[in-house]
Amino acid sequence: MIDLFQRSIFEENLALSFFLGMCTFLAVSRQVKTAFGVGISLIVVQGLSVPLNHLLYAWVLAPGALAWVGFGDLDLNFLRLITFLGIVAAMVQVLEMVLDRYAPALHAAMGIYLPLLAINCAIIGGSLFMVERDYDLAQSTVYGIGTGIGWALAITAFAAIRERLRYADMPRGLEGLGAAFIVAGIMSMGFSAFVGVSLP
Amino acid sequence: MKQLTDPLIDKNPVAVHILGICSALAVTTSMATALTMSVALTVVVTLAAGLISALRSHIPNQIRIIVQLTIIATLVILADLLLQGFAHDMSQRLTVFVSLIATNCIVLGRTEAYAMHNPPLPSMIDALGNGLGYSLVLMSVAFIRELFGAGSLFGIQILITQAQGGWFVPLRLMLLAPSAFIILGLLVWALRSWRGRLAEKPDFAPRDTGSEASS
Repeated sequence: MIDLFQRSIFEENLALSFFLGMCTFLAVSRQVKTAFGVGISLIVVQGLSVPLNHLLYAWVLAPGALAWVGFGDLDLNFLRLITFLGIVAAMVQVLEMVLDRYAPALHAAMGIYLPLLAINCAIIGGSLFMVERDYDLAQSTVYGIGTGIGWALAITAFAAIRERLRYADMPRGLEGLGAAFIVAGIMSMGFSAFVGVSLP
Repeated sequence: MKQLTDPLIDKNPVAVHILGICSALAVTTSMATALTMSVALTVVVTLAAGLISALRSHIPNQIRIIVQLTIIATLVILADLLLQGFAHDMSQRLTVFVSLIATNCIVLGRTEAYAMHNPPLPSMIDALGNGLGYSLVLMSVAFIRELFGAGSLFGIQILITQAQGGWFVPLRLMLLAPSAFIILGLLVWALRSWRGRLAEKPDFAPRDTGSEASS
């Protein structure tokens, strides 16, 4: 379990080795403060949505999963993607309302990033990977939180580098996006050094 | 015509608007996967734009995003099932990335920004152009990565590797994640140097460098 946690943060970092959530990763990484806000929101959404999608998949969508209501031969697997999209979108909406009601301070800090995460590929991707790799409930919870932390770590570090890069005197064409890609590439190399590290 | 050709270079969705990067980087280890992904995305975005544009006056404004997502997701599921049925090996290699077309910002971006306000035919042409622009970037990145990473194109050996008695030593790094970022970064740099007005303004201008005045 610790191994899975470690692997989902570093070795299989969603942003830097599977390129998931790249649009958000590049768009909101100009400042550490905003990047950190998005990162925290993503940990929360990912940590909730992967286990939730797992439950839904195991009890409703998987082939033969509806046996408990008497439809043993039904296979709703093809509805997987659309269900996950719906669940994530709905969850983001509900989370926003709950935060607004019970934790206004947190909502003020996180609120603006939540709608952005509704169609973030890191979140849908995390859920799809969970199905593909047959994780059980405990594993998918760990995987969800782990990948969330990994993504948050990557975007915060990336934003910190970009903040400093603003003062660098670069060729005109490289300014902004070009440099951002190359920095991400170098960071990805750094993260790939974690491959093969295994904790007891 | 302009709608079709603009997104190829000047308004390229990947290199200029930074949309749809996730899949652009992940499936480019070989030309074959990149081509499959490009075709899938182009078909999905064109059909989605056509459908949404045809329905645009019936979609209530408040729930338009979820309606668009439903239409797109349906098309993506169809594409995924078709791939699984007729090109099973390929769909195994693409893993979750075909499904992730649904969250690809190009598709939602085009439907939201263009198809919601324009009649079906122009919307489809615009979407097709964007799909082709995406494909162009994908194919160029895949070309570099496969040629230097494995010495082949579409699985056909071009550069004979040392293991087969030739001279070429494959650059393993090309097949790993970091190279995708770096190649795309260099591609963006090349594009922006060629088309100068696409370059971003620097966030911060150094004050005391007199030589910078000319640029």
